[in-house]
Amino acid sequence: MKNLKEEVLKTLNDILPEHDFTLDVNFIKEGMIDSFDLVLLVSELDKKFGISIDGENIVPENFSSLNQMVELLINNGAGK
Amino acid sequence: MNLTFKNKEITGILTVLPSKEVRFEDEMENYPFSVETSLKLKTIMGFEKRRIVEDGVCASDLCIFGLSYLFDNKLLNKEDIDALILVTQTPDYIVPPTSNIIQGRFGLKEDMICMDINQGCTGFVLGLMQAFLLLDQESIHKVVLMNADVLSRKVSRKDRNSNPLIGDGASITIVERSEINNMIYANIKMDGKRAFAIHIPAGGARKPSCPETAIVEMDDIGNMRSQDNLVMKGDEVFLFAQKDVPPMIVSLLDFSNQTKDMVDYFMFHQPNKFMLNKLADKLGIPRDKMPSNVVENLGNSSGVSIPISMTYNLGNRLINERLNLCLAGFGAGLNWASMILEVGNLNFNGMIFF
Repeated sequence: MKNLKEEVLKTLNDILPEHDFTLDVNFIKEGMIDSFDLVLLVSELDKKFGISIDGENIVPENFSSLNQMVELLINNGAGK
Repeated sequence: MNLTFKNKEITGILTVLPSKEVRFEDEMENYPFSVETSLKLKTIMGFEKRRIVEDGVCASDLCIFGLSYLFDNKLLNKEDIDALILVTQTPDYIVPPTSNIIQGRFGLKEDMICMDINQGCTGFVLGLMQAFLLLDQESIHKVVLMNADVLSRKVSRKDRNSNPLIGDGASITIVERSEINNMIYANIKMDGKRAFAIHIPAGGARKPSCPETAIVEMDDIGNMRSQDNLVMKGDEVFLFAQKDVPPMIVSLLDFSNQTKDMVDYFMFHQPNKFMLNKLADKLGIPRDKMPSNVVENLGNSSGVSIPISMTYNLGNRLINERLNLCLAGFGAGLNWASMILEVGNLNFNGMIFF
């Protein structure tokens, strides 16, 4: 779980270095991640964890926080 | 809704593509991305290059060019055409039907049916359904199904949701009764509650185009467009495709009593590469059985993308052999439709440039 969170944070920092994703805020509501960022993010996470995140799960609410993203990854088979 | 058709087949496909090619890298500055992000998106989404018409070129111009080629090369006889269907979202005029303009241009016989159908990305599958239905009439032996769109003319150059992908093109598909005792399985669904997920606000009777509708404004994510331009709510359309298309395919396979392995290729509409790869993964279909190279190299030409994929990817194979194909279109409406049919031993299956 901790490793997953660290990996997600590292991926976010690589893709969107202009934002601080350690902040306890809603990334979507704060405008830190938009729909094209989601595409880049999903693509990187798929590659990193050797999974394919279900397209139905690619909705903003699943990317609103680090914990949400970790849960999304676990639900899609990451870390098994 | 499940549908079946018997003893009908495609006997030839010709696709017409504009000669003008636009490369994503030449347009990147139109979009609010860094160069690094743009180049990553290029690979993931399939923003490579696309074909668009020159200013002033209409859907009928592409169709007339293609039909002239077929007549001149004796691949189609004018007298044999009993029905001319044109599926387009970009007709030449509101009145008359563009199919009639094409009929008149070639002096085709009066004893025939001309029909325009306003459909987008579902247009090839729905057009085939209409062609099969017409062929149930004894007096109709040959239907010419034309799919044509020049949507690039309705897309803002500074709309990152649509412009990097949009392509133009036309296809002419000959549909006839078959000597082979075959069965074609299809299904189609429509949901008008989501009609405005893809739309052009102005230009119809509800809001005629005028100087005010041509004013370019910025939307909440930085896209610049006017009310005369196409609006595609990318998130909504993506989710629609991921949620509604896979169960449709599963249901069609079940209805046709076939397995995924019995299908040679899944020729889906190609909105973008990312969406198609996600659909392939979800359905458990190898990505090479669901081509996504049309949108990447020629653009998303709406209802024309499936026949373009059939000529671009399967060219001579569809002349020399028969393949079991699963077609799927999904988009404006919102509508989604799929079909499993054998296609092959075609009289022609080629691509020409306008």
